[in-house]
Amino acid sequence: MTVLTNPNKRPKWQKMSIWGYIALIITTLLSIFPFYWMFIVASNGTDEISKIPPTLLPGPRFFTVVNNVYEALPQFNQALINTVYVGTTVAVAQVFFSAIAGFAFAKLNFRGQKFMVLFVILTMMLPSQLGIIPLFMLMGWAGLIDSLGALIIPALVTAFGVFWMRQVIDAQVPNELLESASIDGAGVFRAYWSIVLPIIAQSSFVLGLFSFLASWNDFLWPLLVLNTPENFTAQVAVNQLKSSYAIDYALNMGGAFLSTVPLLILFVFVGRRLVRGVMDGAVKG
Amino acid sequence: MSQSVAVKRSSKPPSPWKPARPNKKLSNSNAVLSLNGKWGYLFTAPFFVMFLIFGLAPILYSVYIAFFNWDALGTQEFIGMANFQELVADGRFWNALVNTIDIWLLSTIPMLIMSIGLAAVLHNPFLRGSTFWRTILLVPNITSVLAIAIVFGQLFGRDFGMINIIIGSLGFEHIDFVQGTTSSHVAIASMIVWRWTGYNALIFLAAMLAIPNELYESAQLDGANKWKQFIYVTLPSLKNTITFVLIVGTIGGLQVFAEPLILGGSYNGGDSGQFSTLTLFLFEQAFVAYKWGYAAAIGIMITFIVAIVSIINFFITKRLAGDKK
Repeated sequence: MTVLTNPNKRPKWQKMSIWGYIALIITTLLSIFPFYWMFIVASNGTDEISKIPPTLLPGPRFFTVVNNVYEALPQFNQALINTVYVGTTVAVAQVFFSAIAGFAFAKLNFRGQKFMVLFVILTMMLPSQLGIIPLFMLMGWAGLIDSLGALIIPALVTAFGVFWMRQVIDAQVPNELLESASIDGAGVFRAYWSIVLPIIAQSSFVLGLFSFLASWNDFLWPLLVLNTPENFTAQVAVNQLKSSYAIDYALNMGGAFLSTVPLLILFVFVGRRLVRGVMDGAVKG
Repeated sequence: MSQSVAVKRSSKPPSPWKPARPNKKLSNSNAVLSLNGKWGYLFTAPFFVMFLIFGLAPILYSVYIAFFNWDALGTQEFIGMANFQELVADGRFWNALVNTIDIWLLSTIPMLIMSIGLAAVLHNPFLRGSTFWRTILLVPNITSVLAIAIVFGQLFGRDFGMINIIIGSLGFEHIDFVQGTTSSHVAIASMIVWRWTGYNALIFLAAMLAIPNELYESAQLDGANKWKQFIYVTLPSLKNTITFVLIVGTIGGLQVFAEPLILGGSYNGGDSGQFSTLTLFLFEQAFVAYKWGYAAAIGIMITFIVAIVSIINFFITKRLAGDKK
């Protein structure tokens, strides 16, 4: 009855219970722990963690381990530079091509458009590994094996990016704005440049971030096409640290840590935008 | 306005690909007609040209070479369906299929339950610091599978892994996670769950925030408590989102390879193939055995399996969600 008399006042059981916070704190600890553990192992050395109970605190050996990483693979810095270069190029290209195609699919009327959109959606469901052997052959014919081009060129466009930009432009750009611009004499290019682009700048940035992260973390394809250490990406470099006879956990984790820290720093600045991007792109209802 | 339309929308047949904006089918009915549509061909051309060369053509070519005895050395002999016949009789293929489905189930079900639960906690309007919690949820998703597989490989280690130390301190025998079949699947599934639970929780949270408040208010007037509201209001409203997460999870889950590849350190998937997966088997045939025709046939089988499981998922979630109403 209290609800009827005062609908704005929520009953007590709807307030946040302590268990909700406990669940969130446990989730937070579990999410952070592997990163922390990377640093613990890398700063203590393999011997220190190979005892019971293992230490849970940072040790003094971090720079020794970092040195070992650079000794095992002097090109590690080059690998990081390569990864940034590939990731940035791929991100910019994907945003550009996805935005213009997404704009056309969302706002322009042309014959065959319905079929094309369906085609984009269907191809998103194909397993990406299906074409990997012919793609490898194609890179061989094009002379791109063991070059960063083999990572960049096949990744310039994705069906996902086009679909995503179509959703964004459809939801964020009002038709009325485009209509009034075209009445004022703007063509398709002007309308795109002066109306669509400023509105979708935020979402484009998010798509670019996701492309960058995907490129940074791509593992198998770079492993297949890259041979010389000068051309390695961070993931291939970290993988290279795994020797076949004995696993040096400190060395491995040191490499993993060095290849992850740039992403964590990036995340501090863009994490909230990424969260919004994930939630904006969610299927609701 | 958007909320009232959202209610109308849910009465239509559900589609996992439904655009965020309501009343919009896959058509150009929403186009700006005063703009010259012909430019659409130019704007979409770069995507289509590059996608055809680097996306579709390799896939079609892969279908072609599946009918050949084709290896890296240059053998190209047409053998019809022989690759597929060999595959169906290949014990390694069935082993990989069973492992893949097992890992997929072990990861999908806990992930779905936990991510919906976390989303429900975050959905509470009285939660403090919600931006912080949401951001934390995405942290596992940004890092590489390689880095995480290295960490989890150590944590699941037989002698000095943290998990076995905890198991040992509770008085149990240490488990050799990598050598066992089910235990290695648990280790791999835990990496997938760790990586994707928070991401999917954000997806579910976005869907929950889109549920019209009136539904909760009227449930409240009917005397439904929090739990009943969750069962009768929240869950049915999430059916399209659950379908979407399941289908995307299936496409990814049935192609899992990076975690087992790094855990085992080779394309074998463990000493006895105990955690070999379909995609790992494909790569082993393609880049260790160099049997490209055979590997292409495996790829086609994976595609069929993904399609079949996705369709089954789609109908099961529709049925389950429909019954709850």
